[in-house]
Amino acid sequence: MDVNDVPQEGNCTLGSHRKALYAKDASGKMVIVPSLGSEVDETVTMQAVHRMQALTDDAKARVLAGQSAPLEYWMCARRMDVALLSQVSGIWQWRIRRHFNPQRFAQLSPRLLARYAEALGLPLEQLKTRP
Amino acid sequence: MNSLATTFQHRHAAHCESGAAANLMTHHGAKLSEAMAFGLSSALSFAYLPIIKITGFPLIAYRMPPKFILKGMRKPFQANFRFETFRAPDAGMRRLDELLAQGKVVGLQTSVFWLPYFPEDMRFHFNAHNLLVYGKDGDDYLISDPVTDLPQRCASADLQRARFAKGALAPKGLLYFLEDIGRTDVSADAVKSAIKKTVRIMLGPIPLIGVRGMRMLANQVAKLDTSEHSLNYVGHIVRMQEEIGTGGAGFRFIYAAFLQEAAQITGITELAVLSERLNEIGDGWREFALKAARMIKGREVFEPKKLADMLRAQAESETAFFRVLKTAVA
Repeated sequence: MDVNDVPQEGNCTLGSHRKALYAKDASGKMVIVPSLGSEVDETVTMQAVHRMQALTDDAKARVLAGQSAPLEYWMCARRMDVALLSQVSGIWQWRIRRHFNPQRFAQLSPRLLARYAEALGLPLEQLKTRP
Repeated sequence: MNSLATTFQHRHAAHCESGAAANLMTHHGAKLSEAMAFGLSSALSFAYLPIIKITGFPLIAYRMPPKFILKGMRKPFQANFRFETFRAPDAGMRRLDELLAQGKVVGLQTSVFWLPYFPEDMRFHFNAHNLLVYGKDGDDYLISDPVTDLPQRCASADLQRARFAKGALAPKGLLYFLEDIGRTDVSADAVKSAIKKTVRIMLGPIPLIGVRGMRMLANQVAKLDTSEHSLNYVGHIVRMQEEIGTGGAGFRFIYAAFLQEAAQITGITELAVLSERLNEIGDGWREFALKAARMIKGREVFEPKKLADMLRAQAESETAFFRVLKTAVA
């Protein structure tokens, strides 16, 4: 890549940060060039962000319709999936899926709720509230 | 408590671990560029690991696993690193404070998701992000994050979460620092053996690693249908290449920079020519990313086969490249 080819289109996902990229300067030497980011990076990052946003919105709709527990919503909002939440909380995946049932969720012991709250980095009260 | 390693210099880097290693070594007197740290530790690679899932997709790595670069510093510099992990978060934070109070610069493995200074859209559950801590001011840690252009600050509660995040590649509070260092210059032999090792990794026999891994991934991509899920998969491949760990073009440009320095140290002029060639291979990776992004945006018809062919072409040119590299340092 040439110094002049370093993408500077801007990438909204970078915020105010800049990426360091290596490129060839006029004398043929590879140097670090700060980049404002490229449209390619933005596309793929936003794709991932939107995918998670869509999952969160689905979960929210289900919770509001009474088909799922707030736990599912907060899991998605924290950009986790069942597999990751299971690894973080140490609770088996099938148990987590069971806890997505609103009736079961309402009966969970404070200890189990605290484990979920800890794993998701949320206050316990917030975990119980609907989105 | 306030403490500060006053002589520490923050330098912006393309990749977190090579940047952390280079800045740490430079702080201890071994003046080292990021590219040299990356090349000297033979960190360039390719791996397609379907068993490890990142947000539901297989791990596709363009470099060796975490800690590889740091460990790669040991032999060439006769450096003695100390790595410590902790079961209890409190103990991990106490130890960090203790080391900072001694004036040490301490490296940490963290999860990007819990670092508040990262832009919101970049915060994913990725657990192998390296940064250096060079001081503490009240409750804030002074952080030299290699991939940000300026030094950062982070409150202790947030840093604790980031250090003790769980899941794939969980850091377990890992911290590291340099105990002593035997030499501060880079020898030609160290450079040559590092290049040989990279060639071995890239042309090795395991089907998931090196150029064979690229072909394996190409076969997977060729099998994709044109669903939304497939588009997400392709986006994921590009994200692993351009965004996660960055470096651009799957680290090919960093390695090209290393080969230029290597040509000077070893006196093998062919390495400078090869650097040029790797630069072109890196451009090939960027074209692949661009093509994929256009398909994701719907500006081009989504044809997984086309992308697979591009991956195969990359595998071909890298095979040829590493064969020549092998003879150049033989």
